[in-house]
Amino acid sequence: MSEVIGVQDLKDISWQGYLRKDGRKGIRNHVLVVYTVKCAEHVARMIVQESGHRDVQLVGFDGCTDNQYAVDLLISLIRHPNVGAVLAVGLGCEYVQPEWLSDIARGEDKPTDWLFIQREGGTNKSVARGVRWVQEALEKLEATLRVSMTLADLTVGAECGGSDYTSGLAGNVVMGRFFDALVDVGGTAVFEEIVEAVGLRDMLVSRAANEWAAGQLAYTYDKALSYCKSVRQYSVSPGNFAGGLSTIEEKSMGALAKSGSRPIQGVIKVSVRPPHGGLWLMDSTPDPHFMQFGITNPNDSEGLMDLISCGAQIVFLVTGRGSVVGSAVSPCVKITGNHETYMNMSGDMDFDASPVLTGACGMDALTERLTRLVIDVASGTESRAEALGHAEYFIPYKYQDKTIASERNCEKEA
Amino acid sequence: MENMYAAFQIDRRDNVATALSALKPGSVPLRGDAATAETMAVEDIPAGHKLALRAIAPGEDIVKYGVRIGIATKAVPEGGWVHLHVMKSAYDERSGHLDVNTGAPKDIVYE
Repeated sequence: MSEVIGVQDLKDISWQGYLRKDGRKGIRNHVLVVYTVKCAEHVARMIVQESGHRDVQLVGFDGCTDNQYAVDLLISLIRHPNVGAVLAVGLGCEYVQPEWLSDIARGEDKPTDWLFIQREGGTNKSVARGVRWVQEALEKLEATLRVSMTLADLTVGAECGGSDYTSGLAGNVVMGRFFDALVDVGGTAVFEEIVEAVGLRDMLVSRAANEWAAGQLAYTYDKALSYCKSVRQYSVSPGNFAGGLSTIEEKSMGALAKSGSRPIQGVIKVSVRPPHGGLWLMDSTPDPHFMQFGITNPNDSEGLMDLISCGAQIVFLVTGRGSVVGSAVSPCVKITGNHETYMNMSGDMDFDASPVLTGACGMDALTERLTRLVIDVASGTESRAEALGHAEYFIPYKYQDKTIASERNCEKEA
Repeated sequence: MENMYAAFQIDRRDNVATALSALKPGSVPLRGDAATAETMAVEDIPAGHKLALRAIAPGEDIVKYGVRIGIATKAVPEGGWVHLHVMKSAYDERSGHLDVNTGAPKDIVYE
């Protein structure tokens, strides 16, 4: 039996990160190419491809009409500690302003530039200028200040995708145990999918760190449940049923397991940084608005982007039935508790949590193995998704309030 | 023992356990937070699905992880298969309209 790492030893483990102006530390040093409308996507994509460098990544927003939620999300990625430099690419007539996005990057002392394709004179000239700029930026980034980093400097996000019966027995359980360990050494853990807590209101609220957090959790749960009721759709699908899950409540218990057992400090909205360390719930459900646009999690890439938007330097996707997606900006690590899935998709899966089901490995030993994997990825080892070139992103139109509505009600009373 | 593969009970309070592999009728090794080392199946249980650890009456809670995950709609014998045909969600109104084998919804008409 392997020696379990104690809390003090975990606190002492360090690696080299990238220091940013705001004091946050990154584990990657990406050049982010951001397009501001679908019309500019191809040019931006060609800049990324022709740069031919792993550290150059693409994100963007498709809409011409802007949307506060989407702009906030783009800004959160520009400010993200894993991003070292930013090139904003616009067509020239859209609402979203590449110049203003570039200003945000400049404010963070990140090398940055922007261009309008119309002004540059079309595709070829824009790509040539973009590629030239990216090469210069990559050279500048070699001088980024490196600093020692520990688990206390990490924000880690987790969500599920393609859940089956093993998710609640193994995958999410070991994820939760890692979150406990991370929180205990001063790190920050963020979990998603309030629509997958249906049936567990009391359990969720009872884990609140204080009364303020309890109010936020109760409000967010009630909002999610009323959303599910109004659209007559719960976050459970035929694939989940065929895999042995009978109800949303059953799936919820499996999903909530990934949050571990520590007190929940509160709820954060998309693109908002947790105010301090500990465990946080991310609310990605749309808030009531005169236009009911936006759905909770249209796909897993959207959920991963949400987690990254709050500053997570590493994100986890816990799967049962299998997934291949990765994510731009922060490495995506994939865990499954289903041994068949792990073997069948071994090129894509980072971690097999199934030994805990067969009794081949205890939960403590498995948690330690996962912790070591996190430290490896934070130190620079590519996750499977990164090595395969997966860097998906999805930024939709959505409406969200800036704060949890329950807070405003409290303020009114005060 | 008829079944090589086990079922997994998550919490001592549970009245169902999860089949870690497809189970045949007969005795089944029981792992996890279980009071006994063995339970039994009275019908085929697909991998990942639930079997009843004791007889469950209609209207009774189905308990897994120590919490209610649904309500029994029919009587289930000890060792019986517990899924969409004998239980439903307390929240999801579509839950009673799902095909037991595929999970496909039967409340939408295709014609």
